[in-house]
Amino acid sequence: MVIGERKPFDEIMKMIEGHNKIMVLGCGGCVTVCLTGGHDEVKVLSSQIRMAREKDGKPLEIIEKTIERQCDPEYIEGIQPLLPEVDAILSMACGAGVNFVAETYLGKPVYPALNTTFVGGSKKEGYYVERCQTCGDCKLYYTAGICPIARCSKSLLNGPCGGSTKGKCEIDPEVDCAWQLIIDRLNSLDQMDRYEEFMAVNDWRTNRDGGPRKMIREDFQR
Amino acid sequence: MSEEYKSGSKLERVLKSGQFAVTGECGPPRGADPEVIRKKCSLLKDKADAFNITDNQTSVVRMSSIASSVIMMQEGMEPVMQMVCRDRNRIAIQSDILGGAALGIKNMLCLSGDHQKFGDHPQSKNVFDLDSIQLIYTVKKMRDEHKFLGGEEIKGAPKLFIGAAENPFADPFEIRVPRLAKKVAAGVDFIQTQCIFNVPKFEEWMKRVVDRGLHENVYILGGLTPFKSFGMAKYMANNVPGMDVPEDLLKRMKDTPKEKQAEEGINIAVETLERLKQIKGVAGVHIMAIEWEEKVGEIAQRGGLLPRPNL
Repeated sequence: MVIGERKPFDEIMKMIEGHNKIMVLGCGGCVTVCLTGGHDEVKVLSSQIRMAREKDGKPLEIIEKTIERQCDPEYIEGIQPLLPEVDAILSMACGAGVNFVAETYLGKPVYPALNTTFVGGSKKEGYYVERCQTCGDCKLYYTAGICPIARCSKSLLNGPCGGSTKGKCEIDPEVDCAWQLIIDRLNSLDQMDRYEEFMAVNDWRTNRDGGPRKMIREDFQR
Repeated sequence: MSEEYKSGSKLERVLKSGQFAVTGECGPPRGADPEVIRKKCSLLKDKADAFNITDNQTSVVRMSSIASSVIMMQEGMEPVMQMVCRDRNRIAIQSDILGGAALGIKNMLCLSGDHQKFGDHPQSKNVFDLDSIQLIYTVKKMRDEHKFLGGEEIKGAPKLFIGAAENPFADPFEIRVPRLAKKVAAGVDFIQTQCIFNVPKFEEWMKRVVDRGLHENVYILGGLTPFKSFGMAKYMANNVPGMDVPEDLLKRMKDTPKEKQAEEGINIAVETLERLKQIKGVAGVHIMAIEWEEKVGEIAQRGGLLPRPNL
């Protein structure tokens, strides 16, 4: 899933300065699962904003709303009847959601309440880790299911750098060396021969370097 | 230049002649004053066959490796231009290879590069378009096939003797020789190792290198760094990733009176050098006397490696 983290409160307050009525818009997708942008977080952020603005003597009205997904026009269109009432939308979705809402309602300011951090999963409740960098050309066959692009700090494709020490990365003793994990797994699967294969210079066109990407299911286009 | 040489650099000629090679290292300054390089050069001249010019080492901004290499050549010395993958994509890398070769640089060292987290610009975006092994492949392709990575032909291919680093002490240990094999397959000509303090572990690594016959396809120069003090030894043991400093060496430095520690550090380096010379497959030594350039000559002298051959 896409992981997001709430922006610092002061930054959010600065964005909505000068507005008298806003919508705080939650998303029922990934950010609900990672506990940063769903129904409950909309309530919490809204009351924090109200209290702060009250204290400053500039009260603000908020419409709290959470939709199924902000990355899907079908659900975004559902908020249209409420929009004439508000000056701006504070979206608690990931960056993709914010973009979709902005593209849909050209006349309405849309602000991000989250920083979209990475694609990953939860190791345990409230503990999220990065596992994919969406490079567009999956190499996990060669690396025993552990991604060197997302998990090696230097995205090295042909093995660990000289800074790998006792299973940890040189940048932080809390960070696992991805290549140690890969080698351990290749060993346990008896696939060490895959390490000896030279991983050719990468074609980054499938990554963001090739420009914004799209995926089209032709059978769904009419 | 003879056809049998890849670049005809002095380093290549010494290694090919079978003599024990010596390389040193020179870190460029954090400013635009060429005199800093010239001063270091005066301390290093004739003490080794060639000298690495580091490329923004530890991710701290310094005078460029290419420019510093040229200043060194003006002093009549031979540089090994280091290049890291951290700061350039393949377009800039190939462009700098052409530029370096055009300016007369004949040796190049291909490195991944320290992560920028350690440097003075931790906010920067890193590149790592290529890794160090792919960089070796790139230089070899340019030199031997006269082709860019993209496949287009090069008019006037760069003649470079290709080097890389290897750290026999990093983990996982069991892949450190297979990793060297990948570098050899990619086309590396010489290897400079990480600083050697744990000689038995280095011997074990070299044994595996020799068992695979890799020493016949690549020249291996063992890395040496003298301790200036017990403090430095402790720092290297605890704070430098991938460094293996055995307890007995630390104790030896600690038990030495402060005013004699520098001398003891040199003694340890000279003893290590003597042991390296005995190890099968070791073709030379790479002396990294960090901000202590005047000691390179002393270590080489005491190791019986001076004067350097005039090839």
